[in-house]
Amino acid sequence: MAVTTGKPFVGRFGVHIAVLVFVVIWTIPTLGILVSSLRDKDQIVASGWWNSFASSSQTEAGRLPAASTQTQKDGKYVIEGNIFGDGAKRAISAFGVKAAAPTQYPAGTPADLGDGVTLQVNADGSFVLASPKAFEGDRGQRIYFASSAPPKFTTDNYQTVLFSEGIGRSFMNSLTVTIPATVIPILIAAFAAYALAWMRFPGRALLIAVIIGLLVVPLQMSLIPLLRLYNGVGTFFGVPSKTYLGIWLAHTGFGLPFAIYLLRSYIAGLPREIMESARIDGASDFEIFVKIVLPLSFPVLASFAIFQFLWVWNDLLVAMVFLGTAPDQIVLTAKLNALLGSRGGNWEILTTSAFITIIVPLIVFFSLQRYFVRGLLAGSVKGG
Amino acid sequence: MATQIFSAIFVIIVGVGGCVAYFWGANKLLDLIFPSRGVSGTAAVNNLRRQGLVRPWLFVGPALIILTIYLIYPVIATLWLSVFDRGGTSFVGLANYEWALRDQDLRNSILNNILWLAVVPAACTFLGLIIAVLTDKIWWGTIAKSLIFLPLAISFVGASVIWKFIYEYRGEGQIQIGLLNAVIQHFGGQPQVWISLPFWNNFFLMIILIWIQTGFAMVILSSALRGIPEETLEAAVIDGANPFQIFWKIMVPQIWGTIAVVWTTITILVLKVFDIVLTMTNGQWNSQVLANLMFDWMFRGGGDFGRGATIAIIIMIAVIPIMIWNIRQANKETGGH
Repeated sequence: MAVTTGKPFVGRFGVHIAVLVFVVIWTIPTLGILVSSLRDKDQIVASGWWNSFASSSQTEAGRLPAASTQTQKDGKYVIEGNIFGDGAKRAISAFGVKAAAPTQYPAGTPADLGDGVTLQVNADGSFVLASPKAFEGDRGQRIYFASSAPPKFTTDNYQTVLFSEGIGRSFMNSLTVTIPATVIPILIAAFAAYALAWMRFPGRALLIAVIIGLLVVPLQMSLIPLLRLYNGVGTFFGVPSKTYLGIWLAHTGFGLPFAIYLLRSYIAGLPREIMESARIDGASDFEIFVKIVLPLSFPVLASFAIFQFLWVWNDLLVAMVFLGTAPDQIVLTAKLNALLGSRGGNWEILTTSAFITIIVPLIVFFSLQRYFVRGLLAGSVKGG
Repeated sequence: MATQIFSAIFVIIVGVGGCVAYFWGANKLLDLIFPSRGVSGTAAVNNLRRQGLVRPWLFVGPALIILTIYLIYPVIATLWLSVFDRGGTSFVGLANYEWALRDQDLRNSILNNILWLAVVPAACTFLGLIIAVLTDKIWWGTIAKSLIFLPLAISFVGASVIWKFIYEYRGEGQIQIGLLNAVIQHFGGQPQVWISLPFWNNFFLMIILIWIQTGFAMVILSSALRGIPEETLEAAVIDGANPFQIFWKIMVPQIWGTIAVVWTTITILVLKVFDIVLTMTNGQWNSQVLANLMFDWMFRGGGDFGRGATIAIIIMIAVIPIMIWNIRQANKETGGH
């Protein structure tokens, strides 16, 4: 498919640039939350994450201590101290006393505020306000200053969200939901797929059509009746209606049409000769399935397992309907959604939680991409 | 938590063990009831025939039962519930559908859904096709494809957080920590609260789904492009076609079927889009869509199952044409095999 253009060099160069632009647009959003999740939480709000490797500078406003703290020194009234108090120190580059000119004076030089009053703010935050007359009033001098802090990266955010925001617990809940819901459908679907591909029985064509139809039935059609069913079962047996067992079965049911469809199209494509020679040797359908079909189908079983894993891990709707929101049941996606409501502005918590939510799928995806792509192609190109 | 992990492991063992035990046991039982070995010729033939009648149902049985409970019964029950009141107890006839015709929220949701349907599948397919063609020509195309493909593994909620951070708004003149507003402020524009701009906010939500799904379109279309016979392209080059003509007149027509598959797959996804709207706006500022509206009615004020079911049916009706097309295609290709 090497289509050469009239101007090979310019054409090639253009292609490289175009692809680069696409790649940058597609990766930058994810990079943004990864970088932010590792930043100090004060710096996240002080500068854009793309500036995180530069010192972050910000303009702040503060008030100097009131007149009551003044001392007399060399015949002048002096108020001294440090703008940052005992808190984290940043480097001050400039300061001012008017909101309109917050960086009027460079740090380290005395500024004349009029009436003989001078103010000097040093880079480390220490200041000296001196006046020939006594200061009055109980509100201190308003000041503005620009400060910068060196880039600071930390894993504190991860500790916070994992252990105090409940993300760690939700991570375990997500694993609890996902692994059984991935494993259980495989065998059930494989047997059905084999029967639909290689056994003759009345109603088979209809069953295949029904499964292909069910592939696209929106989940929304199932939710209300199942919710009623679960509530009914719960009341009847006096057990909670929102249980892990309930969601395992629900995910199994919702995953089955795709599983059967995907496995059937693969198993139907296995060479007929293998099946027939095994049958002539006296093998039953059960033996053919277990000894020949199952081992040969490993790649497609892996494809389905990855799909189901990603789908269940990333699911929000089913989890919100069939599981509770208490800490012992809330899964990562639901927890992240709850945090968006309760911690809307705390980007250090949101970005870190989001990254923890997506890291497992990304690892699965990158390590098993080959199977994933194969499943994708088999699932959508063949048959439709 | 220990009990939780233990019960999960227990379920895997019981679930898988139970499946194995069922399939193996049922099969064994069938051999015992209708023995084909160690009996006379005619009896063996008869028993083999009987086994052949029963065994397929043993194989498809568990799947069939689960599908019936979780998908087939609910579809019928939803239809049924849509003519009942909020508690699902008293028959109201077509009152819910009448409500659906008049309700302003629902009308807005349908309009927004139509907007999504018009933009997202087209954008994903178009971008996916362009990226597939471009990455095929360069040595680092595989890496580029992997990176563009990556968002497909990210949950809609995760993607919503990622993009909400990009759309983050701080008052004018302040330091913008959202990338989009920072870029706009850098070039002297006005920062905006993107997700609450009526009408346009729909597009900012759509971008998230496009970002996720373009990789899907790209992978499928890229594989279809590889299947185009080399000779057709060479012939076009010899005839003096320029790259655009080759793309539109030689390549696109040959992968038309695949484009249709990608388009319909994304269309179905768009009809069901829920997570993105819930997490970004929860339908505020005129960004409501059907799936989120239905979820809302399911739980609003204790839940209105009748109206919820009616909205589900509206989504289903939109899916039915694609469903029929899919079944027809599958029948054509398998020829009943």
